[in-house]
Amino acid sequence: MIYVLAAILLISAFLTVTLKNIFHCALALAVALLTLAGFYFYLDAPFVGVMQLIIYVGAIMILIIFAIMLTTRVGDRLLSAANHQVMPSLLAVIVFVLFGIAAIRKLDLVAKAGKMSDPIAGLGRELLTTYLLPFEVISLLLLAALVGAVVIARKD
Amino acid sequence: MDILAISLILFGLGLFGALTRKNAVAILMSIELMLNAVNLNFVYFSRTLIDLSGQIFTLFIIAAAAAEAAIGLAIILNLYREFGDIDVEKAALLKW
Repeated sequence: MIYVLAAILLISAFLTVTLKNIFHCALALAVALLTLAGFYFYLDAPFVGVMQLIIYVGAIMILIIFAIMLTTRVGDRLLSAANHQVMPSLLAVIVFVLFGIAAIRKLDLVAKAGKMSDPIAGLGRELLTTYLLPFEVISLLLLAALVGAVVIARKD
Repeated sequence: MDILAISLILFGLGLFGALTRKNAVAILMSIELMLNAVNLNFVYFSRTLIDLSGQIFTLFIIAAAAAEAAIGLAIILNLYREFGDIDVEKAALLKW
């Protein structure tokens, strides 16, 4: 079950970074984000899964597709999608992944037994007690970002 | 452990895209992939250690990603107005 999800996730992520048509990339990214929501439900994080669906698949994908439609002319010839640094980048990424695999193998992680009791109620409690200040700061950040986006994207 | 490996590969793919793409929107999408790889790690650790902090960090990262996407797309629209294209290699005014 989880391996089917993983296969879909990795294939669609690969398509996202390699397809030539930018709109197809966006669709592949949407599939990857949906699959990640599936992972979150599988990992007992239903609230995060729902937020992934609402914010990523719902809002950010729409923003990206709008940006593509506003900046790409339909009749455009498709230029080569990648720059001249494919081989060096590939090398860098492979080295990075090898280091990561080594780190994961050394990791001595003991899974705790049992399940979280009612993660959604716990999240609400934590967000309004321990994490109250970050919670308020992030709402301020969102407000500033949205006002900033309007100002930057305004004409003239 | 498997999920850590999955998220590592996902991050690698996103890194590869961010390094090699020329289209600014494609670079933004690669960055979203990397952010999601990190989120997957956080949720996995939250599940393994039975600790809600991981999920809370994930929620904060999702909010920051939404802000980042909004600003990034505004900048890309400006780039398009300025250069008539969103090829990042053409936006080289500051390059010596």
